[in-house]
Amino acid sequence: MSEEKNLPAVKAEEAHGAVEVAEPIPDPGLEPHEPRITDIDPKAADRVERQVSTMFGLATVLVLGSCVAYFAIPRDSTLVFGPLSGNANNMVMGLCIGLALFLIGAGAIQWAKKLMVDEEISEERHAAHSSPEQIAEITEAFKQGTAESGFGRRKMIRNSLIGAMGALGLPAIVFLRDLGPLPGRSLYNTIWAKGIRVVNDVTDRPIKPSDLVVGQLVNAAPANLAPLQEENPTEYQNAKAKASVIVVRIKPSEIRTKPGRENWGIDGILCYSKICTHVGCPISLYEQTTHHVLCPCHQSTFDLSDSAKVVFGPAARPLPQLPLAVDSEGYLVAQSGFTEPVGPSFFERG
Amino acid sequence: MSTSTEFPGPVKWVDDRLGIAKIGKKNLRKVFPDHWSFMLGEIALYSFIILILTGTFLTFWFKPSMTEVEYQGSYSLLKGLHMSEAYASTLDITFDVRGGLLVRQIHHWAAVLFIAAMMVHLLRMFFTGAFRKPRELNWLIGFGMLFLGIIEGFLGYGLPDDLLSGTGLRITNGMIQASPVIGTYLNFFIFGGEFPGDDFVSRFFIVHVLLIPGIILGLVTAHLFLVVYHKHTQYAGPGRTQKNVVGYPLFPVYTAKAGGFFFVVFGITALMGALMQINPVWLYGPYNPAEVTAGAQPDWYMGWLEGSVRIFPGFESHFWGITLSWNLLIPALIVPPLFVTVVALYPFIEGWITGDKREHHLLDRPRDQPTRTGIGVAFITFYAMLWIGGGNDLIATHFHLSLNNVTWFLRFAVILGPILGFWIARRWAISLQRADRDRLLHGLETGVIVRGPEGKYTEKHQPISTYEAYSITARDRQVPFEIGPETDDNGVRAPRRALNKVRARLSRFYFADAIQKPTAQELEEAHEHAHDSDEIHELTEDTETYREVTSDRS
Repeated sequence: MSEEKNLPAVKAEEAHGAVEVAEPIPDPGLEPHEPRITDIDPKAADRVERQVSTMFGLATVLVLGSCVAYFAIPRDSTLVFGPLSGNANNMVMGLCIGLALFLIGAGAIQWAKKLMVDEEISEERHAAHSSPEQIAEITEAFKQGTAESGFGRRKMIRNSLIGAMGALGLPAIVFLRDLGPLPGRSLYNTIWAKGIRVVNDVTDRPIKPSDLVVGQLVNAAPANLAPLQEENPTEYQNAKAKASVIVVRIKPSEIRTKPGRENWGIDGILCYSKICTHVGCPISLYEQTTHHVLCPCHQSTFDLSDSAKVVFGPAARPLPQLPLAVDSEGYLVAQSGFTEPVGPSFFERG
Repeated sequence: MSTSTEFPGPVKWVDDRLGIAKIGKKNLRKVFPDHWSFMLGEIALYSFIILILTGTFLTFWFKPSMTEVEYQGSYSLLKGLHMSEAYASTLDITFDVRGGLLVRQIHHWAAVLFIAAMMVHLLRMFFTGAFRKPRELNWLIGFGMLFLGIIEGFLGYGLPDDLLSGTGLRITNGMIQASPVIGTYLNFFIFGGEFPGDDFVSRFFIVHVLLIPGIILGLVTAHLFLVVYHKHTQYAGPGRTQKNVVGYPLFPVYTAKAGGFFFVVFGITALMGALMQINPVWLYGPYNPAEVTAGAQPDWYMGWLEGSVRIFPGFESHFWGITLSWNLLIPALIVPPLFVTVVALYPFIEGWITGDKREHHLLDRPRDQPTRTGIGVAFITFYAMLWIGGGNDLIATHFHLSLNNVTWFLRFAVILGPILGFWIARRWAISLQRADRDRLLHGLETGVIVRGPEGKYTEKHQPISTYEAYSITARDRQVPFEIGPETDDNGVRAPRRALNKVRARLSRFYFADAIQKPTAQELEEAHEHAHDSDEIHELTEDTETYREVTSDRS
């Protein structure tokens, strides 16, 4: 492949790809048509006709059957096949209509394959591009149109029109501004604050340290969450999506406390955000012996005895910890809100 | 039978207004080639029609609202529970509207099938080179439909506002939030504030039922128009050339076959809807941001994205008061878009490398372009590894493996797998080319071993038919793009020399090791040689006896 022998680049571009060498075998043309049994034997053809019309006939019966099932089978009755069961109305209607559709299709295909003429025919194909005459004609017409409009000559009209059309893109974006509020500080805060009680998220009861045994994990929420449900259901869901926590009790000797968090736990009771720092699923699978908690969405694993640091998976940050205290009545309360934003990371988080 | 020059009454009425004979005469007997692999696009088209029909039925009862209501329908396990109107109306469709569950399940199955069919159709286009000139634009249109179809499916999945779909949206929300600079803003605009808010169902609904289906419908029209304009591609074979299309006419054969096939697809999805449960939202309960189910899985087509974020190691950077979450940026916001862009632009990439600017209407077999086939297999392997990653927890629990090991395996496999896949597929294709060449030059192996008078054993070969031989040789003899001399006759340096060098090198790689079809001369020599040594032979009564004798002995 020495370069001297090659054609110049431009020519090579046109010509290469196919090398003109005589084809080893000339095109023998279409294979001769082999008649089918239905082409030769009228009895076979009649048999196919009966098959096809049976399929169509059966389809009619089944279509009617689906309508009968609609009225005849009670909405809540079930069909049981051993370990499998299903809604009878749903199943019978579906079976009837599904089989009917299938039979219509199968009948039509059988008809096409067995009875319709099956000799292949050939159609000529033309290149996709236009002919030189067409190109000349359209170019001429376009030039004439451009000249008549003066679009190319009167540059001021052209440029101001382009400007106006461009400007139209702006309202298409601006008018969507009210799709939502700006994020502001909302992702930095939860409804946790100093003195808010930690309550069980099912019973809404406040939790005393003595309610928890070592190894136990409780899904909890701030006491000010539940009242929101009646007041403002949307606010309630939004607040819950950030404020849900887990409270866990671990043998104090097994806890490795991070400097500065010495007084965040009560006798081995620690509280962490339940919202995964990866993409925000609620973490839920706790393994007592290892103190690992796993997010079922993407399997990020956090060690609750070690400030919830990530031990495996795609999460990059530990779960934020909520500093705990005990109020005058002996219930667990928050010392303050979270000291960092909970949930997945975001750009301006820092 | 005399040919009538006038339409009967009602048809005439229409023709007077629309000129239907002018349109119809070209297309009524339009030829379509016959091959099973040409049905894949049809399945996608028919699923789309089924989706429109069943989807319209569902909108009669579905209430796209997140207003909180107390459920009072007939499903007793959730009675009295607070939930969004969207979820409550989905339960009503399931339990109180007759045929509702059936249609909802057909809708979901058809959606799953729609995307699967588009994807397999895309693979068929890829491996047969159907995307080459003049069909690059139709490749892009098809790709656009696949992309929109996936978004459409995901939005539909989010509408019932059950626990599983809510979790899916929470994940999406978290991914969007990782986008640099605009992440939180984007989220607040999409969800109308903080997640979950009370806007997304009504917003997703209108995009799901109007905007995206409308665009897809437009693209389907353009796609089909181009199929008609370009005429269908065909596989090489006797009588099939670049200048014709051989097959059956639209009317009546394809009207019956394709029309019938629509009913077959509809029938099968209806049977699936009747017999196979899909997305039983009543088991999941309403969305609750503090709850999640273990082993949660998205619909299959989102699995590769899910896997991508699952297997990526967790690290992020904090500097200058900002956070860059590489654990989401790379696996969700950079790699998947990059991957789909490469797939979308593949026709242009290949065209540039091979320098091929001709029209192609005869399809390649995968073996005809070993490098392309290798690249395709690499794409599939990459996708598959990510997709498996989306179920790493299920694989770990079903096969009693360590989740961490499965994840670690996939972290390597996603990079090494495609390389291995590329290499194996490419060599495989080249071997098949060799086999074709042998078949052509030496004929068909008969399994008949003959012992010659001098004691030499040879196998009898039977020549293949001219039709088959032509089919094997009816492919391009291709050579790499060549770069030309550095300077032309006048000593002017050729422009873009460095780029062209890269291009030539890629092109050499692209065609490296490929086995060219034999020339007429080579073929002749081979056959002469065969006659000399008695290699190619028509099977005769004589040789048949030989085979029986040898098989008796063994």
